[in-house]
Amino acid sequence: MAEYKRPTTKEEFDKNFKQKKPLMNDTEAYYEASRCLFCYDAPCVQACPTHIDIPLFIKQIHTDNVTGASKTIFAANWLGNACGVVCPTGVLCEGACVYNHQDVPPIQIGRLQNYATNTTISEDKVIFKAGKSNGKKAAVLGSGPAGIAFASEARTMGYEVDIYEAKSLPSGLNVHGVAPYKITNEEVLSEIEYLQKHLGFNIKYNSAIDSKEQIKKLEHNYDAIFLGVGLGNTRTLGLEGEDKANVVGAVEFIEELRKKQHKMKVPQKVVVLGGGNTAMDAASESARMGAKKVVLAYRNSKEKMGAYGFEYDLAISAGVDSLFHVTPLEIVGNGKVEGVKFAKTEIVEGKLKTNMKNTFVVRCDLVIKATGQAKMGRLFKLIDNLDIDNRTVIKVNAETFQTSNPKYFAGGDAINGGAEVVNAAYDGKMAARGMHNYLNK
Amino acid sequence: MIDLSINFAGIKSPNPFWLASAPPTNSGYQIMKAFDTGWGGAVWKTLGVPVVNVSSRYGSVNYRGTKMMGFNNIELITDRPLADNLREIEEVKKYFPDHAVIASLMVESRAEWEQIIKDVENAGADGIELNFGCPHGMCERGMGSAVGQEPEVLKTIVGWVKEAANIPVITKLSPNISHITDPGLAAVQGGTDSISLINTIKSIVGIDLDSYAPYPIVDGKGTNGGYCGPAVKPIAMHMLKDLAQHPEIGKVPLSGIGGIETWRDVVEFILLGATSVQVCTAVMHYGFGIVREMEAGLRQFMEEKNYQTIYDFAGKALPNVTEWKHLNLKHKVVAEINADKCIGCDLCYIACDDGAHQAIALSDDPAIRIPSIIEANCVGCNLCSLVCPVEDCITMVKRDDGKENVTWYERTENDDIPVTFDDDRAGGKGHFVPTPQDALKHRK
Repeated sequence: MAEYKRPTTKEEFDKNFKQKKPLMNDTEAYYEASRCLFCYDAPCVQACPTHIDIPLFIKQIHTDNVTGASKTIFAANWLGNACGVVCPTGVLCEGACVYNHQDVPPIQIGRLQNYATNTTISEDKVIFKAGKSNGKKAAVLGSGPAGIAFASEARTMGYEVDIYEAKSLPSGLNVHGVAPYKITNEEVLSEIEYLQKHLGFNIKYNSAIDSKEQIKKLEHNYDAIFLGVGLGNTRTLGLEGEDKANVVGAVEFIEELRKKQHKMKVPQKVVVLGGGNTAMDAASESARMGAKKVVLAYRNSKEKMGAYGFEYDLAISAGVDSLFHVTPLEIVGNGKVEGVKFAKTEIVEGKLKTNMKNTFVVRCDLVIKATGQAKMGRLFKLIDNLDIDNRTVIKVNAETFQTSNPKYFAGGDAINGGAEVVNAAYDGKMAARGMHNYLNK
Repeated sequence: MIDLSINFAGIKSPNPFWLASAPPTNSGYQIMKAFDTGWGGAVWKTLGVPVVNVSSRYGSVNYRGTKMMGFNNIELITDRPLADNLREIEEVKKYFPDHAVIASLMVESRAEWEQIIKDVENAGADGIELNFGCPHGMCERGMGSAVGQEPEVLKTIVGWVKEAANIPVITKLSPNISHITDPGLAAVQGGTDSISLINTIKSIVGIDLDSYAPYPIVDGKGTNGGYCGPAVKPIAMHMLKDLAQHPEIGKVPLSGIGGIETWRDVVEFILLGATSVQVCTAVMHYGFGIVREMEAGLRQFMEEKNYQTIYDFAGKALPNVTEWKHLNLKHKVVAEINADKCIGCDLCYIACDDGAHQAIALSDDPAIRIPSIIEANCVGCNLCSLVCPVEDCITMVKRDDGKENVTWYERTENDDIPVTFDDDRAGGKGHFVPTPQDALKHRK
């Protein structure tokens, strides 16, 4: 344990949160691009949720047409820059690379993609522009990847687009929720700034939409509305003692970390509840913030965790300990958290059962709940005829991303219950096309 | 016991590895360093009336991740005074008496030829190489390839040289000509002791897209260079073969030049009749140390094949290089894909479908990416096996029983060849090709 010293300066923070996929330099990109086989009907393209023409953009990088490579990337994915580094490429494009079949390292597609778009963004090259105004207006709720993708695509078709963002910064979980070793705040924001500059959508910050009245006004002022609202804050577990100080949600924890960076103080002993990728991030981040002991606690077995294997490995390599087959019963402490009381779980006749006879307390001074987000059900109720499913996610047409209320389109976590940035980017793009077809019927 | 030493037209050398006349042989320093590293001989950077060179002299063609697949230069012959070069030749010979030092020469008048030959002989050179190949700069002044392209002139000058020289003469030919046997024969008729080839090929390696000038750029302008490096090896080997198979030219020793970099290149040149090889680009890219790989590989090859000297296998491929009309039309190979090795890049499929004979099929199940050979359509062209990125995944398998041997020559003799436009004897008659409309099937 204690692989990491508590960061007290920006430099120390950056060192502890060293980028997993650092920016390639020109030479590295040249040689890496030269390895691409230019497969026919390439498996990497099929594996990409946005179907970027990967062999083409890699060939373009190699032939010194980096701007063209960026055009290829952005044409398929408006968050192409962020996706290059935050995508779980090992299970998507790079996982599909044919080289894997002969134990040759796959092409580093994500980093090549990021290299191209980062170059274009830093040079501020003009590679796309807004379409001629068509007189129609669209409102977007949420400036996360889905909303930004929708807004960008809609602008190319000439829609006027206003994004309503509850927070003071754009890009949703990309800046508030992704682990800092995957992408820096600066990199996330530079892509949004670039898109906004060249496409001209408006973002209204600190503008949460949470009343029927506001909804009615939006419906009156806009031809269509896109819901890219995500899943909201961490939901409560209903545990005794959950209201104690230093019991926080993972989403809120990571948001504070990304905002405050080295100025945030993470206590010495941390328990993280959950087995998804967010839990892995929160645990890994706590360790990198210098916590002496970080325990990941999950109710089932290691194999049953929702997290990708590589995310778990990353947490373990940061010095995180794990506890499997435990469920929290109570947060103990006197006003402030002092520990978590767990019970062991076991599989009885194929079902997970809590064994109340086997309980114990893990001492800690911070509990991070990475057990799911609350969802945006309250907002959905304000919209007439908006069908949601039993997981409180919005139902949409799989091709048009139109909701049961024809004026509304939706995408991202709000329709899939929580997936990757790249899925949100695809949804947003397709929803804008869906809206365009609908409004031009 | 393997003995790599050679006696090339009377020039003795501890091994067949020579440095070609070029920038790596510009000075005694370089040649001593090369001999110390393992080179057996060196052809000195061409001597003559010293020139004035330009700055920015080399250009290259890179291929994918590989630098200098092809290389060109616009550097002229030596720009150092003759006296300096002669003094250094003497010094090199003093330290390395058993190594071959050959003086490459290029001058204009008969008097100059006679004088410079006497000078290099006095300095201790083991042989002379006549530079009739340089295709840039010098040719504009009536020398280099200007001579190599005029067999009669070449023959005359070789005659002058032979009259004056007491040491062996190598005539170096230019590939910038339709038939290499024309200057080759002229050289032999002029009395040359041996021939070396190829010199560089006239070339433009690229154009700068901002200044619109060819590389290498000299203050906004450029000129054709001489092309060399791995890219020219196939052209060089073909010309070597033409000379080696010629009944008269083939009698003189041949020194092979052109893109040689590895032991395999060396062996291939020897198999086509070369009994010394000359190297430049590989040294300009990797330094003199590259000879270690060549020598080790050559020795390994000779050990495995049980050869004692390079003369045991020199020219061994020549009987197998024949004219098209003597190839067996009954020979039949087809491609075979090793499904265990296939990585599913499907390059073979698209290469065959777009670039060859539509003999590879993809599975109807998109999850299965291993293609299959449609044997009835396969003409055995090799393309799939050439594009396949996996070692030994696609192999060409023999399908004929080896009993029949019919050549175009024989069929012509027997009056059994297609003669009309729609002759039934057309080789591709009845061979499957998709209908033109099949190309648009994906449009639905």
